[in-house]
Amino acid sequence: MSDLFYSNISELQAGLNNKTFTAVDLMQSVIERTEAVESEVNAFISRDIEDALKQAEASDKRRLAGASLGALDGIPVGIKDIMAVKGQPLRCASKMLESFVAPYDATCIEHLKASGAVIWGRLNMDEFAMGSSTENSAFSQTANPWNLDCIPGGSSGGSAASVAAGQTIVSIGTDTGGSIRQPAALCGVVGMKPTYGLASRYGLVAFASSLDQVGPFARTVKDAAILLESLVGYDPKDSTSLNRPKENYSKALEQPLRKLKLGVPSEFFGDGVDPEVKAAVEKAIDWYRSEGHTIVEISLPHSELCVPVYYIIATAEASSNLARFDGVRYSHRSSDAGNINELFNKSRGEGFGEEVKRRIILGTYVLSSGYYDAYYLRAQKVRSLIRNDFDQAFEQVDAILTPTTPTPAFKKGEKSDDPLSMYLSDIYTISVNLAGLPALSLPVGMTQEQLPIGMQIIGKAFGEADILSVAHAFESNHEFKDLRPNLDNSKQ
Amino acid sequence: MSEKTEIDINYVAELARIELSETDKEKLSGQLKDILVYFEKLNQVDVTGIEPMAHAHKVQNIWREGDQAGPVFSQSVLNKMAPESRDNQVVVPKVVE
Repeated sequence: MSDLFYSNISELQAGLNNKTFTAVDLMQSVIERTEAVESEVNAFISRDIEDALKQAEASDKRRLAGASLGALDGIPVGIKDIMAVKGQPLRCASKMLESFVAPYDATCIEHLKASGAVIWGRLNMDEFAMGSSTENSAFSQTANPWNLDCIPGGSSGGSAASVAAGQTIVSIGTDTGGSIRQPAALCGVVGMKPTYGLASRYGLVAFASSLDQVGPFARTVKDAAILLESLVGYDPKDSTSLNRPKENYSKALEQPLRKLKLGVPSEFFGDGVDPEVKAAVEKAIDWYRSEGHTIVEISLPHSELCVPVYYIIATAEASSNLARFDGVRYSHRSSDAGNINELFNKSRGEGFGEEVKRRIILGTYVLSSGYYDAYYLRAQKVRSLIRNDFDQAFEQVDAILTPTTPTPAFKKGEKSDDPLSMYLSDIYTISVNLAGLPALSLPVGMTQEQLPIGMQIIGKAFGEADILSVAHAFESNHEFKDLRPNLDNSKQ
Repeated sequence: MSEKTEIDINYVAELARIELSETDKEKLSGQLKDILVYFEKLNQVDVTGIEPMAHAHKVQNIWREGDQAGPVFSQSVLNKMAPESRDNQVVVPKVVE
């Protein structure tokens, strides 16, 4: 049973139902795998083994009593350290929240628990989800399981790496400018950001509220679909949550894919893209063409402006959201403060890491008197233009195909002193958040150095079922989902 | 926008309520300058008559249909969250002289 940790959800449910193994056996397998490779991967900030085994035991009892809760019952789901799980630490990879324990469950966690999922561990990330490499974590450096000298991407680096390394079956991350899709691409797994408003943000530590979305990581498209079904749903506690009928995404995958018009934006295949990435994505596009889909060259003319627009809007929102970490109610408090202003200034100076400070300062600046119109208001107007680009493109096509990232995973430390170059690694994912659309990253190739390459599939608002189906068709005809990184202690 | 690419780091850090070391200030000023120069790309585009977009969907003014009281946290839970508490109250530095 040693390979349970690399099985997919359907295989696991079959085994659980046939009594080939129990949910406790499955959790044990995941725990053993985690312990075997964690010293190399460092995907977790913390993990509560006893609690996970207790949840697995409860799942086994339900199943024995004929009261299984469905496809996720007994399945370990890793959680990015940004979502509240009652009684578990919630550090957001920051010293600011080092000793914080969540007093309640985020709505998405409530949904997962109601589906019988085993909530497993706190996964590493960039501090407050700010970064593209997980190097900004205050606690540890996660490695890319495909090459331990490389970064796993970020900010949900632990969520991507743990799925790739078999330390969980699936996981949850958040995506503000690419923080699910970029690490999914770099670690060779499926990662999806749903339409803005589909999944509740209640219980999620807010970074940029108009952009943040929760979404799944998985090794197969179907597993991502199953997890997504459980995550989404209207929540009156989140005023941006949308009240929409529930969809059965995994069922939609069983239908044969109808012939589609797939858009390819020329702006995403220009000078900045690595030749191996470009070749792999073009090969995937050719495959869709050979299957009888129509490939349409389209233009998203304002794509180049998405990075400045994003880093103005996201930092402005962050500077406001992170004002709550003031050293008074529930965060790090400086022991060196004489009066209340010193308490704020010193607690924040000590508690926040470098990138978080940089973004708060930048966000404060673009909102400050005299600069608001030139930066923030202008960025909001260009955001409209970026959305209009997508609106026009989707009049012609059903989905859009692009590389997820301009390059494969880069080496640790390579960009950590050059924030601008780090920001540019999100250039293909950001515009999707600005427009509020759904998108996923699918493994479509490997570089000569055995680093994964991801293709991004962007859908119309609420087009989750469509983009999952587009991804599923490619996945079923290729073997990238079966490739595994070669970790030294691996017991495959 | 060029004349604005120099940030008065002391002023902005004060607005943001973050104490920065002198080394941090120097490093941040340089990096932020590069970033602001990059932001000038936004001046290439004419935004006359374009509506600003604050949110992905056109929803606004969501009112709750009658506020129903839900579960609340107990005093002990909230006190435990605070970095310092005494006699069931959160301790803060003196704010009134």
